[in-house]
Amino acid sequence: MITLEGITKTYRMGKVEVHALQGIDLEVGEGDFIAIMGASGSGKSTLMNIIGCLDVPTSGRYVLDGTDVARLNDDQLARIRNRKIGFVFQSFNLIPRTSALHNVEMPLVYAGQGGRTALAREALSAVGLADRVNHQPTEMSGGQQQRAAIARALVTNPAILLADEPTGNLDTASSLEIMRLLAKLNAEQGRTIVLITHEQDIARFAGRTVELRDGRIVRDEKVAA
Amino acid sequence: MAANGLLANRMRSALTMLGILIGVTAVILLVAVGNGASVQINNQVQSLGANVIYVYPSNARGAGGVSQGFGTAQSLTQEDVDAINLRQQDPDVVAAIPIAQSGGQITFANQNYFAPTTGTTADFPLVRNYQMAEGSFFTSDDVTSLHRVVVIGQTVVDNLFPSTDPVGQTIKINRQSFRVIGVFAPKGGTGFGSQDNVVVAPITTVWAYLTGSRGKVISQIVASAASPGTVTQAETEITTILMERHQISDPTQADFQLQSQQDILNQATSIATALTLVLGAIAGISLVVGGIGIMNIMLVTVTERTREIGIRKAIGARRRDILVQFLIEAMVLSGLGGALGIAVGALLAREAPNISAFATSSFPTPVVSVPSVVLAFCVSVAIGLFFGIYPANRAARLHPIEALRYE
Repeated sequence: MITLEGITKTYRMGKVEVHALQGIDLEVGEGDFIAIMGASGSGKSTLMNIIGCLDVPTSGRYVLDGTDVARLNDDQLARIRNRKIGFVFQSFNLIPRTSALHNVEMPLVYAGQGGRTALAREALSAVGLADRVNHQPTEMSGGQQQRAAIARALVTNPAILLADEPTGNLDTASSLEIMRLLAKLNAEQGRTIVLITHEQDIARFAGRTVELRDGRIVRDEKVAA
Repeated sequence: MAANGLLANRMRSALTMLGILIGVTAVILLVAVGNGASVQINNQVQSLGANVIYVYPSNARGAGGVSQGFGTAQSLTQEDVDAINLRQQDPDVVAAIPIAQSGGQITFANQNYFAPTTGTTADFPLVRNYQMAEGSFFTSDDVTSLHRVVVIGQTVVDNLFPSTDPVGQTIKINRQSFRVIGVFAPKGGTGFGSQDNVVVAPITTVWAYLTGSRGKVISQIVASAASPGTVTQAETEITTILMERHQISDPTQADFQLQSQQDILNQATSIATALTLVLGAIAGISLVVGGIGIMNIMLVTVTERTREIGIRKAIGARRRDILVQFLIEAMVLSGLGGALGIAVGALLAREAPNISAFATSSFPTPVVSVPSVVLAFCVSVAIGLFFGIYPANRAARLHPIEALRYE
C-alpha cells in the first residue's frame, strides 16, 4: 500500500540546513495498523506530511497505492489527497459554522461526486453520529468532533487513513473511544491506518510500531494483538 | 459553499455590500438625472418642431468690413419670404414666415403683464406647430388689412384673464388696443423661453403700431421642411434662393445664417450626454471605493480563514477550487450590493419628483434607463471579480502545511 525508499527531507531555515528525514525506508501493507512514534523533533511530523502528500520529499521514492507520488505537482497532490488519503488531525479541523453533514460532504464536493448527502449520512452513522448530522462543530463534544472528522476521512473510501495525534486534544475516556473506533475500522473493514503519536498507550492499539529518532527509523516491531 | 462563508459573518458582509450599494445607487441616480435632463431638453426642442429651419441675418459689415455682431444686419425682407414661399426652387419647404419681435406691456382691465409680441403671417401655426385651443388664428386678409387682432398663449391667458374668457376681449399693448381672436393650446415646456408665453399678431400690424421708428424689420424667417428627414435638403434650397436674391456667390460672405431645430437638438443632446457622463464618472469613483472595501474585507477573511483553507486543501481542494470559492464570495457580495443599489437608486429616482423641493424647481425628472441598470449590475459584479482576484489568489497559493499550522 505504502512504499517509502530512501526518503530524505531537508529544510532551509535561514542559513541552517535542517535534515528532518535522513533516509527512511518503510513498507506498509494493505490492512496494516501502524503507529509511528517519536519525540518532538524526531521528524515524525515531516514524515506524516510526506505520507499525507501535503509535502514532497527532497529525494527518495514514495509509492502510494501503485502511484509514484514523489514528483507530483500541487494540483496532482490535491487529487491524491482527495482520493487516497483520509486525514484525522489532533485539533479535529472541522470547518467552523458548518454542520457535521456538510463537513463530511466536503471531500466529495472536491471529488465532484454525486449522491453526497447519502454517502455522508452513511459515514456519520458508521462512526455513531447519525443523530448529530445537523450539529455544528461547536455544538459537539471533542470526542464527537473527532468522530465526525473520522467520518469525513472515510467518506471517500481512501486507501489509507492518516491519523496525526488523534487523541492529543481528548480526555482519557474519549481517547479510548476514538482508538477503539479506529481499531474496529481496521479489524472489521480492513482499513489501512497510519497513526502518529508520542503516547505509548495509544500506540498499543496498533499492530506495528515504528519509532523515529533524528530523522531515522530506530525501531520497527510487530506487536501481538 | 461561498454563501456559507458570507452568512457566517453577516454584519461584515452587510457593511461591505453597503459600500457597493451606495456606489451603485449613486451611479443609477446621477445617470438617471442626466438622462432626465436629456429627455427634458429633447422634449422642449421637439415641441418647437423638429423640421423647423431658422434664417437669421448675419453680422452687418460696417465701413471697412468691421463686423458689428450677430443679427445686426437687416438683410431679410418680405420678398425673401415670398420667394421661399413660391416653392419653385424649394420643393422640400412647406412654408416660410417672417418674424418681427416687439416687447411690450400688456394690459387687460386692471391686470397687466409683460410678454414679447411676435408679428408674423397666417402660416405661423403650421410652421411653428401650434394648435388652437379656442377661437381661430388670423388670416392672410388680416395681414393685408393691418387688422389689430392677436392670438395669445396659455401663460398670457393665465396672467391676464384669471376668470374671463379671453376670446373677443380687447387688450392693450403699449397703449394700443388689440382684439383677442384665439388662444393657442398649451405646448408645455419650461426653461429657455416658454412656448406658451406668446402674443402673436399680423406682422403688418406690429410694424404699424408697435415697432415704431425701427421700421419694417424682419428679425428672422422661419421655414418648415416637409419632414425632419428633408431638413438638410430644405436648408440647401433656402440658401440657394437667398444667395441668388442677395447676389452673393461666396457662401462665407452670406448676410444670413441658417440654423435648423436639428442643430439645436444636436447641441443640446451633446451637452446632456456630457453631463450624464460626468455625473456617471463621479458616481463611478464611489463604486471603485466600494470595490476597495471588498478587497479589504476579502483579505481579512482570507487571513482569518487560513486554517479553513488548509483543511480544505488537505481534503483535496485544488488551487482553482479555493480561488473560485473566494471569487464567488466577492462577486456575491458585490453583485448583491449592486442589485440592492439598483433597487434603492430606482426607488429614489421614482420618488424624486414627489419631493417638494424638486417638484417646484425645474429639476429634471430622473429617468432610469435599462442599459444603465444592466451596466451598473455587470460593473458591480466585475468589481467583485477584479478586487476579489488578489485576495482569492492569495488564499489559493497558501501552502497546506503552513495553513493548517496557522492559529
